[in-house]
Amino acid sequence: MSTVIADPIPPAGRAFSQVVDPAAAVARTRPRVSLADTVSQTLYMAWRSLKKMRRNPEQFFDVVFQPLLFTAMFAYVFGGAISGNVQSYLPLLIPGIVAQTVLTTCMATGVQLREDMDKGVFDRFKSLPMARIAPLAGPMTADLVRYLIAAGLTFLMGVIIGYRPGGGVLGVLGAIALSVFTGWSIAWIFTWIGTIAKNARSVQGMSMMILFPLTFLSNAFVPVKSLPTGLADFVKVNPVSHLVSATRVLANQGTITSEVGWTLLAGLVVIAVFAPLSVRSYRRHL
Amino acid sequence: MTATAAIQAVGLVKSFGQLRAVDGVDLDVRQGEIFGVLGPNGAGKTTTLKMLATLLPIDAGQALVFGVDVAREPHRVRQLLGVTGQYASVDEDLTAAENMWLFGRLQGLRSAAARATGKRLLEQFGLKDAADKPIAQFSGGMRRRLDLAVSLITRPPLIFLDEPTTGLDPRTRGEMWDTIRGLVAEGTPDELKTSVGSSTLQVRLAPGADRELARRVVRRVAGAEPVLAPESGQLNVPLDTADRAADVLIGFRQAGVTIASVSVAKPTLDEVFLAITGHDTGQADDPDAAEHTETADISLEAK
Repeated sequence: MSTVIADPIPPAGRAFSQVVDPAAAVARTRPRVSLADTVSQTLYMAWRSLKKMRRNPEQFFDVVFQPLLFTAMFAYVFGGAISGNVQSYLPLLIPGIVAQTVLTTCMATGVQLREDMDKGVFDRFKSLPMARIAPLAGPMTADLVRYLIAAGLTFLMGVIIGYRPGGGVLGVLGAIALSVFTGWSIAWIFTWIGTIAKNARSVQGMSMMILFPLTFLSNAFVPVKSLPTGLADFVKVNPVSHLVSATRVLANQGTITSEVGWTLLAGLVVIAVFAPLSVRSYRRHL
Repeated sequence: MTATAAIQAVGLVKSFGQLRAVDGVDLDVRQGEIFGVLGPNGAGKTTTLKMLATLLPIDAGQALVFGVDVAREPHRVRQLLGVTGQYASVDEDLTAAENMWLFGRLQGLRSAAARATGKRLLEQFGLKDAADKPIAQFSGGMRRRLDLAVSLITRPPLIFLDEPTTGLDPRTRGEMWDTIRGLVAEGTPDELKTSVGSSTLQVRLAPGADRELARRVVRRVAGAEPVLAPESGQLNVPLDTADRAADVLIGFRQAGVTIASVSVAKPTLDEVFLAITGHDTGQADDPDAAEHTETADISLEAK
C-alpha cells in the first residue's frame, strides 16, 4: 500500500507513534451532544474563563470601581434635587444603581466574547465535537462572579454613605440574587451582539445604544410620576423598571411583590429569544 | 487490505459571493498516509481544509472522512479529527498543562485520564519543563508543538495541519517534520515523489550561458522539463535515478553550455512547489494542482 521510509525515525518522533484504528474510532463516534455533556462542557468553559479572570485582574476594574464611583456620584449630585437630601434619596437610588452596574457589566460580556472569538483558540473550539452553546454560555456563567461583585459592592458603598436597607440582610441578598439573574439573562442580548458584530469596538458601540435607553428610560434614578405620559408608558414596560421596583421593595421592605415574577418572566423571555439567536449566529461565523 | 479512505472528496466547491474560492476539488487520501497539498497563496488550500474539517459549509460536492459524510454528520466527523491551524490555536491565558486538561475534558476524557495523557504528550513533545508556564513565554516552535500535542489528546485517526511550520526557523521546522513523521507509522508523501523524480540535479549556469540551449539539452537527454528557480537562476532537473546526472552534464559539455556549479540533491519543497504550480517555461498550470496548498494532511497509521 504505502512504502516504508528508509530514513530512521528520530527518537523524539518514535516515542509517540501510536497505532490508531480508524474503524474503531468511527464506531465510537456519537451522533450528537447529550444534555449532560452540554452542561459539563459549559462548566469547563466557565472554568477557563475564571482562570483567565484570575490571571488578568484588570478585568475586575469596572465591577469594582463603577459601583463605588457611580453610587457616590449620583447620590451627591441628584440627591438634593430629587429627594430633598442625599439620605432620603438612597433607598430610591441604590437599587437603581445596582441594576445599572449589573447591566453595564453584561455589556462587557459581549465585548469580551467578540475579542475571544477572534483568537486562534476559538478555531479549535469550533472544530471540536462539543455543544455549540458551551463557548457562549461558559464565559457568561463565569461572569456571574462579576455581577455578584458589582451588586454586592453597590450595596456596600450605599451602606457606607448612610443607606440603611429596611429589608435586612435577607432582603438585600434577595435583591442581589434577582439582579444577578437579570444580568445573566440580559447578557444574552450582548452575547448575540458579540456574535453578529464585526469587531469588539462595534460591539461596544451597539451595546451602548441599547444600554443607555434601557437604564435611563426606567425608574432607576427618578420616580415615574415625574415623567411625561409617552415616556412613562415605556418606562412602565421596561424590564429594568420591573427589576428596580422588585429590588427596591425587597431591599427596603423585605417583601416579595408581583414585580419579582415579572422580572423573572422578562429574564426568561430574553433568554428564550436571544440564546438561540446567539447560537445560530455563532454557528454561521464558523 | 481494502480500508476505507481517510478522506474521499469529489467536486468540492466553495464560493464567497462572486469569488469561487474552491472549484471542484477531488481528493483521495488513504489511511496511514501523509498527504501534502501544495499551491500558491489564495489558491483555496485553507478553504478546502476548512470544508473537510466541518468549519465551513460545503457549497457543492461531497466529502467523506472514514466513510462518514462531512455535510450530513459533522458532529461525528469532528470526533475523528485533529485540526492544527496556521497559527497556534491554544489558549494563551492558560498553561500548557491546563490546555491539555481542558481540551481532553471537552472531548469527554475523565479528569485523571486527561491529566495523565496530557502529561505524557507534553513529555513526548519536549514540553515537560514548560508544562506550568504561561503560553506567552513560549517560543514559536514550542507553541506549534503544543498545538499539535493538544490535537492528539484523543488520538484522532486524522489530523489536519495547515502550514504547521510557517514562521519557524530551519532547525525547528526540521524537528516539527520529524515529529509529524514519527506520528505516522509508515508512509511517505508519494504525491511529492512522483511529481519531481526521486532526486534533482541542481545546475548553476555560468554567466552568459544559453539557458534555452540548456533547457533543450535537458529535454533531450533526461526526457524531463527543467525547473528554473527564479531567484537564483538555478536550473533543477528532476531525475529518475541519480546516475542520470552524468548524462545531463555530458550533454551540456557537448552542446557547449558552461556551468558554474553542480550538485545532486533530494527535491526540496520549493522545487516541488514550482514544479507543480508552474514556472517560467510558459507551460500551462495543472488546474487541479493549482488548487492545492502547502498544507499537509496526515492520518495516523491504522493496523
